[in-house]
Amino acid sequence: MRRLLVGVGIAGVAVGGALAQNPGELDRAVLETAIKDSWQQLAPDWQRRLVQDETQAACSLHRNNPPPAVAAAITAREKASIKYPADGKLMGDWKKGEKLAQSGYGMRFTDYPPRAENGGNCFACHQLDPKELSYGTLGPSLAAYGKNRAFAQAEVKAVYERIYNPQAAVPCANMPRMGASGFLSLEQIADLTAYVMSPESPVNK
Amino acid sequence: MTWRQRLLAALALWLACIGPAAPGRAADDATERELEKYRQMLKADPWSNPGQLDADRGEALWREARGPNKVSLEGCDLGMGAGRIEGAFAELPRYFKDADRVMDLESRLVWCMEKLQGFARGELLKRPYSKANQSGTELEALATFIASKSNGATFAPPLQHPKERAALALGEALFFRRQGPLDFACATCHGDSGKRIRLQSLPYLSKPEEARQVVGEWPAYRVSQGTVMTPQHRLADCYWQMRLPLIDYGSDVTVALTTYLVNQAKGGAITAPGLKR
Repeated sequence: MRRLLVGVGIAGVAVGGALAQNPGELDRAVLETAIKDSWQQLAPDWQRRLVQDETQAACSLHRNNPPPAVAAAITAREKASIKYPADGKLMGDWKKGEKLAQSGYGMRFTDYPPRAENGGNCFACHQLDPKELSYGTLGPSLAAYGKNRAFAQAEVKAVYERIYNPQAAVPCANMPRMGASGFLSLEQIADLTAYVMSPESPVNK
Repeated sequence: MTWRQRLLAALALWLACIGPAAPGRAADDATERELEKYRQMLKADPWSNPGQLDADRGEALWREARGPNKVSLEGCDLGMGAGRIEGAFAELPRYFKDADRVMDLESRLVWCMEKLQGFARGELLKRPYSKANQSGTELEALATFIASKSNGATFAPPLQHPKERAALALGEALFFRRQGPLDFACATCHGDSGKRIRLQSLPYLSKPEEARQVVGEWPAYRVSQGTVMTPQHRLADCYWQMRLPLIDYGSDVTVALTTYLVNQAKGGAITAPGLKR
């Protein structure tokens, strides 16, 4: 925790000159005090959700546009977070993946006790199966993603890693780090990888 | 049936007709077109917006002697002097000397109900938001009434006081703060033009042209919920979706974010209560 704050402090000093001209700039302590004061009487497990990790703090400070040294530190740190299934299989069941891509369930304060598994909610931001017309555009279209890459094995690994932790490749990416945060399990990520990369998946039909 | 009940019944029927037209973008566009048609009808006859029922109830609550002190809210100063409500919402949030803090409409209403009428704060905040298909809470009705009294005015939030400028800076920083298990900030969804979540269009709220079009619609009657939703509730809903706990009503964070949004929307028209999906 202390190391986290020191790291953020150094990052703050490094860009202080540039940000000082920004009218929106303010002392981080002021911001964090306001956060603490605005959610009172929280149980400790909920309190934790308000605390930023090093990457969230750096991306907030730099408004998702980190200078090269900060960007390199983020990708190195996030790459180290990625875990793979024990059996080495990165492609799971695309049908399970499809359900996960449709579901936005999980971890909202109304989702307790859990009535379903957490979902990836991929369609909120991406086009996938071209037959599904209700898709968002915050992320790029992934229709025919596997097909367009000849279903290459290296691409399977890249997709698994991108879902597990997109910031390993793109520092301060908008997409959640769903493996690294524990929001999705390794098996669920393999199922989603299959949904994107399997030749049988409707994404590639 | 009163004419209003008849109108609500007709609206419900009409919504049932256009509601299940999904899935598909074409269908959604059609829904949006129908909603736009309905909004135009509302403009022609503002009394046909169901949110107006809450504004009416809010007016009665405003004028009635209530609470342990048995006084009305007509002595409440919303920034333009005690009891002056026309245009007050257009100049909120603002700094209030008596409270020594920046307040938005809703936190100011709570302040007045507590200090003037003698209500206990905890009681007032026990149930600030109505659930789907419930009529609005007292706070929602009051907020809808006061906001509607700025209808036609444009946002002109004051920024003279240092605490108002501090709230704006805090709100801007909060807008970009990434947090929670999914790394979301307000800017994740509202930081670019022309984006959608599923089929829902997302306004780019740091862009004044887009902020001016949407901020003045709140409090709004939400057709899918059958109830009014205030700015406090709207922000609490965003944090819920960001997987954060329920934020405190009238907190520094919600007031600062409101200050940021209203300043982005400066010069934008107030059309409250609006009509939202």
